[in-house]
Amino acid sequence: MSLPEDILMLVRGDTRSDQVVPPSEFTARLTVFAAAAMGFLAVFALALTLAADRLADSWGDGLARTSTVRISAPAAQMPALQATALSILETTAGVEAVRALNAEDQQALLEPWFGAGLDLTTLPLPGLIEITEATSGFDAQGLQLRLEAEVPGAVLDDHNQWRAPLVASAQRLRSVGWFSALLLGLTAAAMVTLAANASLAANAQVIRVLRLVGATDRYIAQAFIRRFTLRVLLGAFGGAAVAMVFVRVLPPAADMAGFLSGIGFEGAEWLLPAIIPLLMAAVAFLATRYAAHRALREIA
Amino acid sequence: MIELENVAYSYGGGALLSDVSVSLGAGSFHFLTGPSGAGKTTLLKLCYGALTPASGRVTAFGEDMSSLERDGIALLRRRIGVVHQDCQFLDHLNVSENILLPLAAAGRQTSDAAEDLQELMAWVGLGHREGALPPELSGGERQRAALARAVIMSPDVVLADEPTGNVDWEMSQRLLHLLVELNRMGKTVLIATHDLSLIRAAKAQVQARVLRIANGQLQLAGADL
Ligand SMILES: Nc1ncnc2c1ncn2[C@@H]1O[C@H](COP(=O)(O)OP(=O)(O)OP(=O)(O)O)[C@@H](O)[C@H]1O
Ligand SMILES: [Mg+2]
Repeated sequence: MSLPEDILMLVRGDTRSDQVVPPSEFTARLTVFAAAAMGFLAVFALALTLAADRLADSWGDGLARTSTVRISAPAAQMPALQATALSILETTAGVEAVRALNAEDQQALLEPWFGAGLDLTTLPLPGLIEITEATSGFDAQGLQLRLEAEVPGAVLDDHNQWRAPLVASAQRLRSVGWFSALLLGLTAAAMVTLAANASLAANAQVIRVLRLVGATDRYIAQAFIRRFTLRVLLGAFGGAAVAMVFVRVLPPAADMAGFLSGIGFEGAEWLLPAIIPLLMAAVAFLATRYAAHRALREIA
Repeated sequence: MIELENVAYSYGGGALLSDVSVSLGAGSFHFLTGPSGAGKTTLLKLCYGALTPASGRVTAFGEDMSSLERDGIALLRRRIGVVHQDCQFLDHLNVSENILLPLAAAGRQTSDAAEDLQELMAWVGLGHREGALPPELSGGERQRAALARAVIMSPDVVLADEPTGNVDWEMSQRLLHLLVELNRMGKTVLIATHDLSLIRAAKAQVQARVLRIANGQLQLAGADL
């Protein structure tokens, strides 16, 4: 009763071997339907998980390693204050690089709002210093205190302050996605076990007759395994296919103000939902196999 | 082939069989008689491992049945064709599918047996009923189909429980002839029956021993049969 042999039998076994068990249209339809619903939900759980993953990545990465020091001071004092700030930053542990933004940089930053041809000299602009963090990160609070003491008017904009909770919630969303997928898998196993148990109990007499004519446990189990595995495969395939169509016609990421990175699949990711029916069929296979061998031990 | 040594059995009440010993040697032909309820079917069930004796030992093809797992018993049953008193068909399969069931269960290609099936169905007079479902058959037709199923695998041993209970004299002779032919081919045959005329008819054709169960004991019946 080895597992590989059972799988082999499923794949190339006699296609009519499950006919020794009488068909039951009603439970068959219910099983297919439940599998379809779970396949559908699983695709969405997967899409959600992948979206959360991308979100966590992009917030974690893109913004992760830069902060800004903003110095508000009269233009005359600015160069001295900037120089002090720069020297403080350069001696701060965890700071990889610092760069004071010059007039052109600032011009480029403001252009989208004020248009080209803006004369910066007429505006009381703060001085800006861009910090690139080392992977170890730096002590933002300590740095803020030092800056306040030595550079009046300097403020550290630590992106971490607002980024961290967003990354955390994206990560939590991702965990919820994985957890949902796990739940769906367990539910599928439970559903198949219940259906298979009902079928085994209803067919106790058939099992007795099969034993009388010399059928081994494996032969009998196979009839049930085959039936439930194929039903779940069929249902899950249908449900997943419909869900993939739904995901495909969802509005693309750009239309959603870029907040969610878009619930959907990109490129090779489309292969993942296609695997869901196979995974569910594998779950059905194992669940029926377990239920059948247990029931066969009990039916004397 | 099959041996019972000091076998006792009870369904919970008093002992139905006590200290029964019998040996069904290769190529032997036995009848089993006795009043209704004496335990003929029970004895047959002990022979093919459907029941386990309370004490004593059942050996089939040299293997102690009590030492076998379910699958071991299943393999033994492929060598023992049984006509069950209540036939034991799968009602959702038609007659020919039921007859081929032992082959399917043994993982054999049933299509290879198409010719044997045809011949057998014709012999038991069911050639025109192969597509019928078991509940659509008459009692006699069911028994004939059961006999066909018991012998389709060409088993070493055939155990037939009242195989002619519901058929007319002429058909019972045909069925007996089939079993006699199998016996001539070297198969071991045991027929449980009340029908003394069947036993007399068989005695004219083969060397048959007649066993009688009464009061839990098995005896060799006298020559008066
Ligand atoms: N599963 C069972 N549980 C309890 N008692 C049983 C069971 N099967 C048979 N018996 C009883 O055991 C006795 C012998 O039954 P068995 O079927 O062996 O008789 P038989 O000799 O084959 O009778 P018949 O000629 O009517 O077929 C009967 O009294 C019957 O009621
Ligand atoms: Mg009986």
